[in-house]
This record gives sequence, C-alpha cells and structure tokens, in this order.
Amino acid sequence: MIVLPLPHILIFSLFLFAIGLYGALVRRNIIGILISIELMLNAANINLIAFSKYTSLSPETGQIFALFVIAIAATAAAVGLAIVLALYRVRKTVQADEVNLLKW
Amino acid sequence: MVTSDQILLVPLLPFLAFVTNILAGRWLKDRAAWLSIATSSVACVIALPVCWAVFQGAHFASQGTWLMLDAVPLKFGYLMDPLSATLLFMVTIVGTLIQVYAAGYMHGDPRYSRFFAYVSLFMSAMLTLVISDNYLLFFMSWEIMGLCSYLLIGFYFEKDSAANASLKAFLTTRIGDIGFLLGFLTLFSAIGTLNFAQMNTIMAGAHGGHAALNTGLLAMAALLIFCGTIGKSAQFPLHVWLPDAMEGPTPVSALIHAATMVAAGVFLVARSFTLFMVVPNILPVVTAIGTITAFMAAFIALTQNDIKRVLAYSTISQLGYMVTAMGLSGLGAGTFHLITHAFFKALLFLGAGSVIHGTHVQDIREMGGLFKKMPQTAVTFIIASLALSGVPPLSGFWSKDEILLAAFGSGNFLVFGILLLTAFMTAFYMFRLIFLTFFGAARNHEVHAHESPALMTVPLWCLATGSIVIGIPGSPFMHHWFQKFIAHMVHHPEYEPSSFVMACSIAVAVLGIALAGVIYLRQKHWATAVAKSFPSFYRLSFNKFYFDEFYSTYIVKPFNALGRILFGFDETVIDGAVNGTGRNTLFLSEIKNWIDKYIVDGIVNFMGTAVYFFNSITKRIQTGVVQNYLLIVFLSVLAFLAFELKLT
Repeated sequence: MIVLPLPHILIFSLFLFAIGLYGALVRRNIIGILISIELMLNAANINLIAFSKYTSLSPETGQIFALFVIAIAATAAAVGLAIVLALYRVRKTVQADEVNLLKW
Repeated sequence: MVTSDQILLVPLLPFLAFVTNILAGRWLKDRAAWLSIATSSVACVIALPVCWAVFQGAHFASQGTWLMLDAVPLKFGYLMDPLSATLLFMVTIVGTLIQVYAAGYMHGDPRYSRFFAYVSLFMSAMLTLVISDNYLLFFMSWEIMGLCSYLLIGFYFEKDSAANASLKAFLTTRIGDIGFLLGFLTLFSAIGTLNFAQMNTIMAGAHGGHAALNTGLLAMAALLIFCGTIGKSAQFPLHVWLPDAMEGPTPVSALIHAATMVAAGVFLVARSFTLFMVVPNILPVVTAIGTITAFMAAFIALTQNDIKRVLAYSTISQLGYMVTAMGLSGLGAGTFHLITHAFFKALLFLGAGSVIHGTHVQDIREMGGLFKKMPQTAVTFIIASLALSGVPPLSGFWSKDEILLAAFGSGNFLVFGILLLTAFMTAFYMFRLIFLTFFGAARNHEVHAHESPALMTVPLWCLATGSIVIGIPGSPFMHHWFQKFIAHMVHHPEYEPSSFVMACSIAVAVLGIALAGVIYLRQKHWATAVAKSFPSFYRLSFNKFYFDEFYSTYIVKPFNALGRILFGFDETVIDGAVNGTGRNTLFLSEIKNWIDKYIVDGIVNFMGTAVYFFNSITKRIQTGVVQNYLLIVFLSVLAFLAFELKLT
C-alpha cells in the first residue's frame, strides 16, 4: 500500500483551500460562494485527518473532528441556502455585489 | 348581665358611623342617616342597661395606661358613676331622637351624608366625654365637640353669616378652652393626677383636713377650669357665640347648642365639684356668673324676634340657672335641671325647626295662627314651654324649684330674687313666642304652613313625653331620689322642701304666662307702649346689651389692627427677605446656567463632534459587499501570520 507522505497531503489541501478562497472572494453568485466555502472546509478536514494519522494522537480523534465539521458544514449550508432563498424573494437577485444594504 | 366594658362600644359605634359616612357618604346617600341613627340607637341600647345598673347602685371603672410621663402613668379609662350614668342616659336618648328628626329635616340637602357624619362624630365625642374618667380625655372629646360645633354651625357655609358665626363660636369657646387646658394642667401640678376618682379622694382628704394642699394653686386651677365652662356653656361674658350659632341647621341647634354640648360645661363643674368645694371663694364667683347670665339672657330674650334666637337666649339663661345651682352647692339640683332642660329645650328647638320647615320663615312677626295648620308641632311646643316656664307637674317645674330652693335655703335672697324674676321673664318670653307663633291671625299671607312629616313629629312626641315625666325621679313623689342619687357623691347641704318657694315659683310662671297672654292676645298695643315708655331698657334688651358692639370695638378691631401691622411686617420684612433670597438665587443660577451651557455642554458636544469626524473616515470600510469583508479577514490573517513568523 502506497503511503502518501504528509507534505504531499498538506500541499494538496493547500491547493484545495486556495481554490476555495479564490472562489469565495471572486465569485459573484452567492451559491458559488457557499460552494467555495465548502471547499475550504473540506481542505481543513483533509488536514485534520492527515495530522491525526501522522502524529502520536489516536487516529480516530481527527476523523471524528472531521465528521463534526461535515455535519456542521451541512447545517451551515442549509442556513446559508435558506438566507439566499429569502434574499432572492426580496431582492430578485443572488449576486453578492448587488446586495449592499449594509453599506455605510 | 351587664359587662361594664361594653360601655366602650358606646362612643365607638357612632365613630364608625362617622368614618363610614365621611368616606362612603357619596354612595350611601340617604342611607347615611340610617347608619348614624342605627349606631346611635345601638349605643343607646348598650348604654341603658349599664345606666340602669348604676341607678341601682353599681359603680364601674376601668382604665389602661395611655403613656408614661417620667414614670408617671397617664391612664385613660371610663368611669360610670351616678353623674356619667345620668348624662349617658340623656345623651343617648335625646341624641338618637334628634337624629331621627334630622333625617326628616335635612332631607334633600346636598350635603346630607356629611351632616350625619359630623353628627355621628359629635355623638362619639360627647359620649366619650361623658364616660371619660380623667381631665385629659375629657378635654380631647371636649375639643372634638368644639370642632363638630364649628363644622355644623358653618354647615351652610355658602352663607357669609353662617361662616362668620362658626368662626365666632370657635374662637370664643377657644378662649374658655385655653383656660380649661391651663386649669387642668395646674391641677396636675398641684395634686399629680388628672383622674376624677383620685381627685375626689384627695379633695375629700383635704376637706377633712387630712392633707395640706396648695390652695392657691387649686384656686387658680378651679378658676381656669371654670373658664372652660364659661366658654362652652355660653356664660357671661363669653355667651355671645351661642345666639349666632343658630345659623346652623336646627337639629344641630337642638343637639349641640341646647341639649348636650353646652351642658358639657355644667357637667365639667359637676365633675370638678369636689375641687370647687375645697377652694374657698370660688363658689360665689360661680354663682355670680350664673345669676348674671340667667338674668341677662332672659332679659335679652324678651325682645328678640327670631324664633331660634329667643330659644338660644333661653338656653343661655337656663345654663345660667344650672351654673348658679352649682355655685350654691346644688350639685343634684344643677344636674337635675341639666337633664330636664335637655329634654324640653331639645323639644323646643325641634318644634321651632318644624315651624321653620313648615313655613320657611324664622321671624315670629311673620308667623301667627299656626296652631290649626301645625297642631302636633304646636301641642308639643306648648308642652315644652310649660315645662320650661316651670308649670307643675312638668319636669321643668321640679328642677327649677330645686334651684330656687337651693338659693332660698342657702340664704342668698338676692340670688333668689333674681332667679325668680328670671323665671317670670322666662314664662313671659316663651308664651310671647307661642302666642305670636301659634295663635292670633296669620300676619304674612305669603306663608303657607304645613305640618311636618311623621319622621319629624314622632321624635317631638317622644321628647314631649320625656319633658313631662323626666322630672318625676327628682320630685317629692319619689322623695327626691335623683338629687340624693347624685349628691351622695359629695358632701352637700340639704334643704327642707319649702312650700313658700314652690308657691313663688308657680306664681311667677302663671303671672308670666298670663301677662304674655294679655299683651299678645288681647291688648296688642301694650307691647309697643311698654317699649316706648322704657326706651333705654328696650334698646338694651333688643341690642343684647351691646355685647357684640363692645367686643367688636374693643377686641376685634384692635386685633384686626394688630393683624394688619403684623401683616405689613410680614409683607415688607419677611417677604422681602424671602424675595431677596429668591432674586440672589436667580442671579447665581444664571451664572451657573452660562457655565453649564458653554463649558459643560461644550465639552460634551466636542466629544460628539470628534467621534463623528473620525467615524466619517473609518466607516468607508463598510462597503456592504460581503466579499470585501472576507478579503479583509483573509488579509488580516495573512498579516498576523507574517507577524508571527517574523517574531519566530
């Protein structure tokens, strides 16, 4: 069985996180932003599992942590989508830059 | 079985009626009267068995400590002895009857419930006074009665005359009350107690020569206490308030200014009788004041034309009789006359009230021939007048006879003569009143008289019955039981009943009635002829010996002048000081206002402006685009990381 060394996994998750961050910063569609946030969360999950494997801690610690993060990400997505839906009903748009009600 | 403590309910019940009527009178309306009457009747029902037990020879007393004065306890309690039982008997019965009458008389008055509240308060105070066992409680209820008297005289306070009369009554009696207050305080300093029973014991000891007392102090105390009597019982020279007090509603005149409150002054002398006996030379003063009052008031009553004023002067005159009796050591006789007088004078006032109610006039010159229109009022009024004039066998005869006997028996023939002359005048002015009011032809045809309702006539008949029979216990038929009952309390001279005195008494009464009949029914021009032939006497009587004018010139006006001077001082000096302080404060506060406005407010405003200015710069970050915030978060994290890394 091929064992991936830790730096490889970290580089992978770094890329994944960078994609997510880029998406969250530049996409105008709010759904897209939500998806990008999911990407960043998953990058973090990978990191958790990788570190739990390569450190002296019990391997289940990181996995359970990751499961919690997934569950919370699901609820966050549910709330986020509900907000988007409510926003769409009021403003007839899902473009982030068109929604600037909280501007100074 | 009589439990003596139930007597405490007697003053308490009317007081509850007062509280209820004053607080809830607005909703009670006509029921206010029935509340007062009910409490008064219950008080009567409670009191009568106790009185009866005392008449049988029982004696009740109880007391509790009210407060401590330097380890000397000041005790309040009740004392049921012959005197208080007699008064309690009279006050509860007459008071209840008058309230029943008032329910009819006052009907339709806008302040109906208030009237009964005051009357209940008065009843409460009077009953407390009667059963109280010490001077202090006596004085407190005495003052509450004064207040009720003031309130009820000024009951129709829309009328200036009523308002002035109430003030006059209050201030005039106050002079006497101050004397009374100082009197019993002096007594306290002399013998160290205010309790009647203890005082009686001490005085009895002094009378027997057992204890040396400071007679100088005691004389002052007695004289000052007698001032209270002079004020409250309207004796010369403080009698001027009682005629004016007739401005109040007639039931009030009957209750307060004829039967009960004014008699309290005589009751005070009776209560303090042992003191008066010990002090030398005080009884002649009492006799003199009483005799002068009796004669003077009767003389004034001869020429008055207002039905209630005639009765008021008659009351003063009869109170003078009682005081004279006290002065002649006739404790039994004076108390006896007090009781009989309460019945027939209350009846006279209620009768006068009935006449006023039926005719709406008070001037007897406008009345006449009312007998046919108001037969019940007229008959009861005549019964009362016969009693007052001293016609046997009505109550007034027996009591007046006792007083005349006391004067005759003690050898004061001058007093006896004056009292006889007063009795003659009494008979004359009462029947002048009757003949002018009820007989002859109607003089004013605009007066349409009608008989009063049963609510008013029934009390009249009850009191008429009382006026007839109440004299029996003191008459020879019962061997002067009443006088012995009262007088066994003190050492007291007894006089053999004299048929000469009785004959004189009957003779002057009949003579007075006959003369009134001749002058006012047959020879009507005689009245004016007599007035013309003795103009100075007539003017003196008609103008009430110029007492009001005298007081007005020598007391009221100087006091007004003094008041104006003091007012001027008040206005210029005291008000000036207050106003000056005010102006200075105003100036100071203007300076403070400037500091507040420009310095304190300036700092606060500057802070606000500064915050606003910086805020206008930093708020630009808040673009409203969510991704900008995320970018800022990202850059900040990077910056922190860079910072961390540089440190390590």
